[in-house]
Amino acid sequence: MTSDKTKQRFCLGIESTADDFSVGVATFNGDIVANVSSNYIPEAGGIHPREAARHHAEAADDALAEALNKAHLKPKDLTVIAFAQGPGLGPCLRTGATVARALSSYLNVPLVGVNHSVAHIEIGKLKTGAVDPVTLYASGGNTMVTAYAAGRYRVFGETLDIALGNCLDVFAREAGLKPQKGFPLGAAVERLAAKGKVLVPLPYVVKGMDFSLSGLLTAASAVLHQGKMSLEDLSYSLQENAFSMVTEVTERALAHTEKREVLLTGGVAANRRLQAMLAIIAEEHSAKFSVVPQEFATDNGGMIAWTGVLAYMRGLETSIKESYVKLRWRVDKVDVPWVKQH
Amino acid sequence: MGEAALNATLLKKGAEASLFLADWHGRRVVVKARLPKRYRAEQLDMTIRRYRTVHEPLLMHEAKRAGVPTPTIFLVDVENASITMEYIEGTQIKQVLDVLSKNEREVLCTKIGELVARLHKCGVIHGDLTTSNMILSEGRVVLVDFGLGDKTFELEAQGVDLHLLKRALQSTHFQQAEACFSAILKSYDAEVGEAAAQAILEKIREIEKRGRYVAERKQET
Repeated sequence: MTSDKTKQRFCLGIESTADDFSVGVATFNGDIVANVSSNYIPEAGGIHPREAARHHAEAADDALAEALNKAHLKPKDLTVIAFAQGPGLGPCLRTGATVARALSSYLNVPLVGVNHSVAHIEIGKLKTGAVDPVTLYASGGNTMVTAYAAGRYRVFGETLDIALGNCLDVFAREAGLKPQKGFPLGAAVERLAAKGKVLVPLPYVVKGMDFSLSGLLTAASAVLHQGKMSLEDLSYSLQENAFSMVTEVTERALAHTEKREVLLTGGVAANRRLQAMLAIIAEEHSAKFSVVPQEFATDNGGMIAWTGVLAYMRGLETSIKESYVKLRWRVDKVDVPWVKQH
Repeated sequence: MGEAALNATLLKKGAEASLFLADWHGRRVVVKARLPKRYRAEQLDMTIRRYRTVHEPLLMHEAKRAGVPTPTIFLVDVENASITMEYIEGTQIKQVLDVLSKNEREVLCTKIGELVARLHKCGVIHGDLTTSNMILSEGRVVLVDFGLGDKTFELEAQGVDLHLLKRALQSTHFQQAEACFSAILKSYDAEVGEAAAQAILEKIREIEKRGRYVAERKQET
């Protein structure tokens, strides 16, 4: 790589929508040559936006240096700077955007604002070879079923309230489980659930193509505090209900769009039980099933860098004036001219 | 699939159920079979399939009484989670909506709004108002697939029902969505009356703001 470094073009991507500050570097050919993350772990409870932003500001310097180091690059080798412009937590987004703007101005290279949800889909496609999938993107902040049609990723189903990862995380905290480095709360629930056998009746709420998870979380928490069910059985029941709901909706989108691929992406993609359920529906509809690799499942700078490349190659740039963060930037409001209609 | 299974041919393999075209005592019928879902835990799967099999015919019957065309039910087999019903000859609204003229589309949407309003006035929530679940048959719009429906007069449920219809239009008929939905709302409003219409409009707005990443929602930061 060092020999043709002069010809090769690079995009540096900054991700800071929630609890991760991450810097990735992508070549214009789709190689992710660096992907460095620093994770903020709350002392108690969920993500505190201001505390997370403070973490990001402190972590930015080292993460940037390490990413460039891993990619064997100097700042001047960068062709374009991409950053997650939304959706996400305001203070966190603003920290990443500030770093990106500073880099872009200092190096005098273009800036590209990237939609975080689009990036999760694009990195999934890049890493699995999926071309035109029905995508279930499930993380701590988002849960949606999308598919491409006429210039955009359309939302075929989504949560009416909380995200899937959020549902599992809050339940885990209610149960007194503690997050550890590189070991998210959802993984703790998954391990317990694997040992569960008894199914507790819990709400199963599918409304059209959408679903609701907050009632399920409330009910599961109530049963938890009654203390009559084992945590294993309850984790199992929670997962079975929640995952069946999102799988049902994904299958509906698959039947509706008649696409031939299913892609699972986002932080919850690491869950084996969810993977197994989606693999079954894919098989039943003769569709190919792929899961984004673990490294790119959670929020990461690599996916922002790669989506920045895709946008930049289609001539899309973001002026400093237009680089304000968009806290509630829906995936279906974003034109994705680099995707071909199938 | 009960007694209709003998000469059944698969019409459509949906996500929620498979539809078979069959002959039942000399009639052309549709057998809607909620086949087991391998991805769901068996006990959960059985509960969901049986619940929907029992409730769907009840809601379709209620809808008919409200003056909303639905297929006639002939047989309900709870044990096997299958429903045998009248075969409706026609075309899905999904297929025709985009190819109609502006005027024809408006007439059709006015009809749809009227039907949804009649359902809601009688406490029926369809639960899955997509253009795939509306069949244009001899000039009538026939509503099918009440499997995710509910029997309630709650404003919340009515609001979600309409919100889902809007979402379905946006994802499938993005060019036409706005004009269609406003025509639907207009006739819905005319059918339910001004006070109820105002309340439902506000409810829909509230539901949309509750969703993830809606620009209009007040930002807390």
